[in-house]
Amino acid sequence: MGNVKRSPWLLHYDGSSCNGCDIEVLACLTPVYDVERFGVINTGDPMQADIFLITGGINTQNQAVVKQLYDQMPKPKVVVAVGVCACTGGVFKDCYNILGGVDTTIPVDIYVPGCAARPQAIIDGVVKAVELFQKRSDEMEQKKKESRKEQK
Amino acid sequence: MTYRVIGVIAYLLLAPLLGGLLNGLDRKISARMQGRIGPSILQPFYDVRKLFSKQFIIVNPAQTFLILSYVLTLVFTGCMFFAGSDLLLCFFVLSTGATFLMFAACVTNSPYSNLGASRELVQIMSYEPAVLLTCVGFYLATGSFNVSDIIQSKMSAIFMTPGFFAAFVFILTIKMRKSPFDLSTSHHPHQEMVKGVTTEMGADNLALFQLSEWYETVFLMGVVGLFFINENPWSYLVAILAILAVYFLEILIDNTSARVKWDTMLKLAWGVTLFAAGTNLIILMIAR
Repeated sequence: MGNVKRSPWLLHYDGSSCNGCDIEVLACLTPVYDVERFGVINTGDPMQADIFLITGGINTQNQAVVKQLYDQMPKPKVVVAVGVCACTGGVFKDCYNILGGVDTTIPVDIYVPGCAARPQAIIDGVVKAVELFQKRSDEMEQKKKESRKEQK
Repeated sequence: MTYRVIGVIAYLLLAPLLGGLLNGLDRKISARMQGRIGPSILQPFYDVRKLFSKQFIIVNPAQTFLILSYVLTLVFTGCMFFAGSDLLLCFFVLSTGATFLMFAACVTNSPYSNLGASRELVQIMSYEPAVLLTCVGFYLATGSFNVSDIIQSKMSAIFMTPGFFAAFVFILTIKMRKSPFDLSTSHHPHQEMVKGVTTEMGADNLALFQLSEWYETVFLMGVVGLFFINENPWSYLVAILAILAVYFLEILIDNTSARVKWDTMLKLAWGVTLFAAGTNLIILMIAR
């Protein structure tokens, strides 16, 4: 089993949030919190990302974009919803264009509450996501081995 | 002959190791310069290990072939260099490899990687004169293009070619895709063109690209060392110190400068090449 949890690369997408959570996500990269010490890289490329970090709720316009980004990410992948808007829709829940949380569009694995979510909570969520990422990676390799055995 | 074989085998096996460590050191020192703790020095190896285990999504199958060609030509360049072969030929093969990378970026039709590819072309245009002049400098200083002859010379090439060395170190920033000349593949935090040439590369292909970067770094650092090596065995120590100093300088430049536009890069690179290497060339020609 390879150790992949030392190198989780994040894809950060802002749904329809107020930017509060986004600023906190970026704060995690600053010298105070420095998530790069865990090997985390904030990449802009879905093809190279492992963890999909979404802030803000899903609206009619960004639903297709979120789906597209999720589909472009190679397996194994983990989705983290950051902030109460991404979890449930938050204060925007009853707006005419808001569909709700991220789980209305793609399967969410980790929910990080807060308005705005604190950097500590975000890092905690990412650490949980990294464990899940390792687990899924192990499962994928197991499957690969089994299918190879069957072929033989 | 045995020396040549040892050189090639050592390069094939040790270059990814050394290149990866240098890359890890780069990230660590960069982090410290920004007041962060930074990742472990082995981080690049963890990244590549992970990339090889990811699902392999590919837009155009031709990309894998082109990336493989890129890696092979780069490895071939380094092998020729460490086998003590012709320096001029090494750089010609290296340029051939660079075109493979551009094609690999172009075949996917993504606007970001196309933009990266065209910027890569401008980068090649910027650094190529300095690279060729460096070879000429070595020839004028030692009377040979062969690496095996250059390292046997009585005096280090640097005493005759400080201008060529300055030009080479300047274009090294472009060659290593470091800020202010990281036009074709932007650093991770700068995402205005996603990842440039590597935008559509994921999993295995990106891992191969990373490996090729390590091979290339070791080759380029070898050329830096070549300026300092002479028949005295102690000169190898001087060369290693010079390589570390140049690498540190690159990291420092990377962390203290913002990206420039392509035309500024072209003017700067050609200006420095013409001034530093050109002056040096004229002096050497007159002195002969």
